[in-house]
Amino acid sequence: MLSDFFKRHVRFSVIEPDMDDLLHKEQAFAPDVKFRHPDAGARLEVRHLDLSIGTQQILKDISLQIPENKITCIIGPSGCGKSTLLKSFNRLIDSVDGVCMRGSITLGEQDILRSDGADLIDVRRRIGLVPQRPCPLPMSIYDNVAYGCRIHGIRGRRQLDAVVEHYLNEVGLWDEVKERLRESATGLSIGQQQRLCLARSLAVEPEFILADEATSALDPQSSKTVEDLFVKLKEHYSIIMVTHTLRQALRIADYVVFIYMGEIIETGNAGQVFHHPQHELTRNYLSGVFS
Amino acid sequence: MKSKYIEEIIVKILMALSLLAVVGFAAGIVYTVFHRGWSCITWEMVSSLPGGGFYIGKEGGFLNAIVGSVYIVAASTFLGLLVSIPVVFYLNVFLKSDSKFAYVARLAYDVLFGIPSIVYGAFAFSLMIWLGLRTSLLGGILVTTLLIIPILIRSMDEVAKTFPRDLLDASYSLGATRLETMGVVLRQIMPGIATATLLSVGRAIGDAAGVMFTAGFSDSIPTSFSQPAATLPLSIFFQLSAPQAEVQNRAYAAALVLTAIVLVISLAGRFIMHRFSKNKI
Amino acid sequence: MFLLTGASLLLVLIMGIGLYMKSAPIFEDHSLWDLLSASEWKPFKNRFGFFPFIMGTVWVTGIALALALPLSLLTAVFLTEYSRAWVKRWFYPALDILAALPSVIYGVWGSLLIVPWISERMAPHFVEFSSGYTVLAGGIVLSVMILPLLVSLFVEIFSTVPQELRDASQALGATRWQTTKKVVIRRSLPGIFAAVVLAVSRALGETIAVLMVCGNLSQIPHSVFDACYPIPALIANNYGEMLSLPLYEAALMFAAMILFVVVLLFNLLSRVILYRLKKS
Repeated sequence: MLSDFFKRHVRFSVIEPDMDDLLHKEQAFAPDVKFRHPDAGARLEVRHLDLSIGTQQILKDISLQIPENKITCIIGPSGCGKSTLLKSFNRLIDSVDGVCMRGSITLGEQDILRSDGADLIDVRRRIGLVPQRPCPLPMSIYDNVAYGCRIHGIRGRRQLDAVVEHYLNEVGLWDEVKERLRESATGLSIGQQQRLCLARSLAVEPEFILADEATSALDPQSSKTVEDLFVKLKEHYSIIMVTHTLRQALRIADYVVFIYMGEIIETGNAGQVFHHPQHELTRNYLSGVFS
Repeated sequence: MKSKYIEEIIVKILMALSLLAVVGFAAGIVYTVFHRGWSCITWEMVSSLPGGGFYIGKEGGFLNAIVGSVYIVAASTFLGLLVSIPVVFYLNVFLKSDSKFAYVARLAYDVLFGIPSIVYGAFAFSLMIWLGLRTSLLGGILVTTLLIIPILIRSMDEVAKTFPRDLLDASYSLGATRLETMGVVLRQIMPGIATATLLSVGRAIGDAAGVMFTAGFSDSIPTSFSQPAATLPLSIFFQLSAPQAEVQNRAYAAALVLTAIVLVISLAGRFIMHRFSKNKI
Repeated sequence: MFLLTGASLLLVLIMGIGLYMKSAPIFEDHSLWDLLSASEWKPFKNRFGFFPFIMGTVWVTGIALALALPLSLLTAVFLTEYSRAWVKRWFYPALDILAALPSVIYGVWGSLLIVPWISERMAPHFVEFSSGYTVLAGGIVLSVMILPLLVSLFVEIFSTVPQELRDASQALGATRWQTTKKVVIRRSLPGIFAAVVLAVSRALGETIAVLMVCGNLSQIPHSVFDACYPIPALIANNYGEMLSLPLYEAALMFAAMILFVVVLLFNLLSRVILYRLKKS
């Protein structure tokens, strides 16, 4: 049943993105930063991923296809490996000692797990991350957004100004901070900080955005703002988020992946998984038997 | 290739080089001392006192310095522990964790730790003149004690600080008295005490500037606290400044002995730390 | 227990007051500025100029820092940002050894290896003659001595930088070195400053090792191949005869007081910064 679905889905997304869509995307990246990858619009796909840390196996035989321009929610009880899976996409998992991975994660032609040096940097640029707790870098608001451009070698004053303004606008922060761009980013409220982090990731023009419980540290108001932003952003980006507030997943998910004990139990469109779960475990989880 | 990848590679090479340099220095110093010392050392040197004309190359050894060092280190470590264990308890069991007094006291000990031993020595020496005392074993012991107390306290304190305060409350809530609770803490920080002791022994045995002023130097083994005493570092220093090769060779032999002692102590310290961190909760 | 704990504060105070009282007689004849800026040192003629000794200390410490700082920064960055656990396990004993070796052993090493190396290999390229007992020898020996302190402080400071910041930077596609340079080091700047101040104050007070390799001539060094005479060496070399001349004792105690005050201030400054860092 599950594998059937996969086959269908794989076939579905093999279809090339149509030209109109691409043009539209180009328009969105107004500031003349030329980060667009020649392979833009490539698919992100996980095949038979096994991951263990030390002697403990965290993920077992994960196979997954991330749908384009949708919000994919990874749900599951805490400690099931959601965050680990997310961190494997951009290989931040590397900073953990004793990680061993088998299988593959591919972004278009490129195998992420076997990337190194420049390739890995490239992958990380194409897959943005919004952290669990907002973590502005120890520099000004302006420099936070410009950081990504600078590390990729863009130093033109005018260009950077344009990028900073554009992406702060994109996350609805420009009007709030345009008077104090030079001030330290740690002076912002926590909700503003999280939007700043989002702007910072967007500024290197990723195609995918990873969000690891990106609203869990925020108050309800800012949390709503960020959620709305995600819904707006999915027009141009594919968003993968980990959440363990089911209600949030219900509100914004288009596609749902349910993981339990390191294994994928069920995947599908949000409506289908939430309303007609196929698997006993999914039903139990959704009805709050365990969380 | 872009400049940032080139930069990354250059930095990596530089890092590897500096790591090698640090290891090289450590190995190089130990090798130099052992290599030079091994060709000079004889049983006579470590087992006999300086004979007549010792400093112009006649026979004898530096047993006086070895024994003097052992006296001073043993006595000052004992005194130091006597003072510092109560202080560590006071800081960690009696005072609240956010106590201003504890903050100031820790700061004071850290500052005392930073004060050079030559200043301790000069201060103690002028104090002794003022009290009409002569350089003696006792003076050496006292100044060394002062020197190692900050090390003892701060390194034990670092271990004691990791001791969860909730456990103290738990102990009190079971009706244990402060004394009984202290017993619990003592058992927990025992490895900390051991490493701190080794650390301070290492420092005490190697200190020269402090004892130079206070313990003086002597060719015989002191029989009372009021007699001056020789120490290994000073014996090395004095012999090395002599022009005769025979005397200098004895300095290298003494350096070998001192290095060997310090290395054993340091490795033992790391071993205990290692064991301890394995058994930690 | 309270008294014992409080005694630490008292000891700092007593040392300060004691050293001041002992050195007070010299202020009757000489002004503070005179003592610090005059460069003639003739105790038997009642001339006490500390300037050469101060310069000697500054030179030696400066060289030591210039050599040790890049080395220790690179090492600490490698240990915290690049290396796996097993590298640390094998590397720390080397640091332990460097930290444990007594000052006099460094002196022996310096006079066996560094001094001849300078006089035979290095100096001939630059000057006509150098005995090897020079500012440079003192600086090199001292730099190795403060290496373990600097490395362990840096490692401690770098590990207070939250992992999320590194992740955030790397997730944007920054290389490790870019992350280190722009995030880790930038955020650790106050800590790095504190560590350097602490290491400098350690270097200032180092006696025996420097004494053994510096040459001990009371002159103002003009190049790294000149001999110099740092303050601790001055005290250690002359304490024996200090009771023989009027004001000699006061002068040496004044030297000790300079050291005490500078080291005290440096230590206070850096410790307060480090405490703050640890708390946040």
